[in-house]
Amino acid sequence: MGVLRGRAAFDAPGHVDSVGLHQLAATRGLAMVFPAQRLARHTPRLLKHVVLVGFGVLMLTPMLWMVSTSLKPDGLEFEYPPRLLPTTVTFENYERGLTILPFARYFLNSLVVTGLATTGNVLSASFVAYGFARLRFPERDLLFVVLLATVMIPFQVTLIPTFVLFKYLGWVNTFLPLTVPHFLGGGVFYVFLMRQYFMTIPYDLDEAARIDGASSFQIWWRILMPLSKPALGTVAVFSVLTSWNDFLGPLIYMNKPDMRTMALGLQFFVGQFGTRWNQLMAVSVVTTIPMVILFFLAQRFFMRGIALTGITGR
Amino acid sequence: MLPWVLGFVIFTAGPMLYSFYLAFTDYDVLSPPRWVGPVNFVRALTDDPLFWVALFNTAYYVLIAVPLYLVASFLVALAVNQRVAGIHIYRTIYYLPSITPLVASSILWLMMFQSDFGLVNSVLTELGLPTRKWLFDPEVAKLVFVVMGFWAIGSSMVTFLAGLQSISEALYDAAAIDGAGVWARFRHVTVPMMTPLIFFNLILGIIGSFQVFTSAYIITRGGPANSTLFYVLYLYDNGWQFLKMGYASALAWILFVIVLAFTVLQFKLADRWVYYEGGLRSTRRDT
Repeated sequence: MGVLRGRAAFDAPGHVDSVGLHQLAATRGLAMVFPAQRLARHTPRLLKHVVLVGFGVLMLTPMLWMVSTSLKPDGLEFEYPPRLLPTTVTFENYERGLTILPFARYFLNSLVVTGLATTGNVLSASFVAYGFARLRFPERDLLFVVLLATVMIPFQVTLIPTFVLFKYLGWVNTFLPLTVPHFLGGGVFYVFLMRQYFMTIPYDLDEAARIDGASSFQIWWRILMPLSKPALGTVAVFSVLTSWNDFLGPLIYMNKPDMRTMALGLQFFVGQFGTRWNQLMAVSVVTTIPMVILFFLAQRFFMRGIALTGITGR
Repeated sequence: MLPWVLGFVIFTAGPMLYSFYLAFTDYDVLSPPRWVGPVNFVRALTDDPLFWVALFNTAYYVLIAVPLYLVASFLVALAVNQRVAGIHIYRTIYYLPSITPLVASSILWLMMFQSDFGLVNSVLTELGLPTRKWLFDPEVAKLVFVVMGFWAIGSSMVTFLAGLQSISEALYDAAAIDGAGVWARFRHVTVPMMTPLIFFNLILGIIGSFQVFTSAYIITRGGPANSTLFYVLYLYDNGWQFLKMGYASALAWILFVIVLAFTVLQFKLADRWVYYEGGLRSTRRDT
């Protein structure tokens, strides 16, 4: 083993030259040495970048096209040959697109739904996870397996009865169907993620608190929650992404124009004014930007969350 | 715990039972459900050509999309696992499409695949390649959805990337000492160590692809000539457009059985190729 470690350590500096130390530090020691890297010494670095840049252009072009079209004046959306950089830039599309339907209102609706659903997910997922991670009760493990198994159920199976239930309760066209369920259980993946995180926190802390007279609720709220910020952040970020991008939920429950979310409003925009591409793209940009900002603010939560659960919020 | 039990009963167990009951009824939401027996299932399987069209379209999509995305995202993950300058920027760029709201990206692709002067056709013309009428051509309309999904492979790329980064370097070193070249190390270290994640992404990919809905709802509404009438879209139409909630429930249960069968099959096959370190079948290493 000593030999292997020594060799690894010997190898490592070889990679630093091309990267810079700060970047190496930025990978937080997660990165490992892939054989391709060793191959790299023999293949021209340039070729690698050509491939990476090429694929990057492929992935980025649609997004740039969205922004670019949103800035083009009427009539120039379908210029031939196509231009990625508009010859004249106008912000009129944003003004007209965002006012043609009450998108300010839709934006607000999206904020309310997303905010409440996320609060619900964070609180209830961690609360439930606390039960699975810390409390002893009969059939706990069996229940946990049942919880995990519910991932397999396509949501369509529960969609209709849930719809019928909410309709019966008179909740259609309110924020309730899109928010209340998140306060009850808060999603399998979130519970799973929180439980896994709680399991890594030493049990001694609970016991010390219990000796000091803390209740289970207090242990959850005052001991475990403050220690679980990374996991809570991950849950929050994914919940925001899911709620903000949700389409089927609002489509089914929000029939009144006033109650539409951004996603639903955008769909109605296509339906009614389907050919105003530059305005459509402007509104699409406005719908997308909050998620991009969120991504850059919370990048590490994203990576962590996906790595742990494989979900993306779509 | 209680909120989950409550939530589970109200939003999962209860609805499942009720949905199973509804599948045997005639129900238009306005009047109470009327028991009709297994008529809905019989009709779907024997007397509804659109059911088979929707099932075919969905299967077509699943069979092309799932393997394609799996291989592609794995390759991309390998590519961005190298230590070259600016690799974080590449990772970010590859991942960004995955967070674009599906409605926005659907509209975006709708525009890019316009048959006259859409970006895709313009580029094809520039390159001297033949153009198609994409979303108006039943032969290729489904492929537009495959392309669209491909754009969002960034999320499974990140899963793979995390997996690649957790493979112990000692394994590569040991292999190298044994004289394994680049390919041999990839084949005998990387691939076996990654099989649990490949399996994980495969299962999620299958479940997700069977449920494709939003993009189809926005871009084509099932056309042209029902060539993009995917299963869940058909289910939605039956439930919310035609108000046949009983029939839609039956469709949901048929889908459930199909997805379940696929998943069980994958789990059975998994024994042959998925390698679990330490022999723990149900535990993923990084969780």
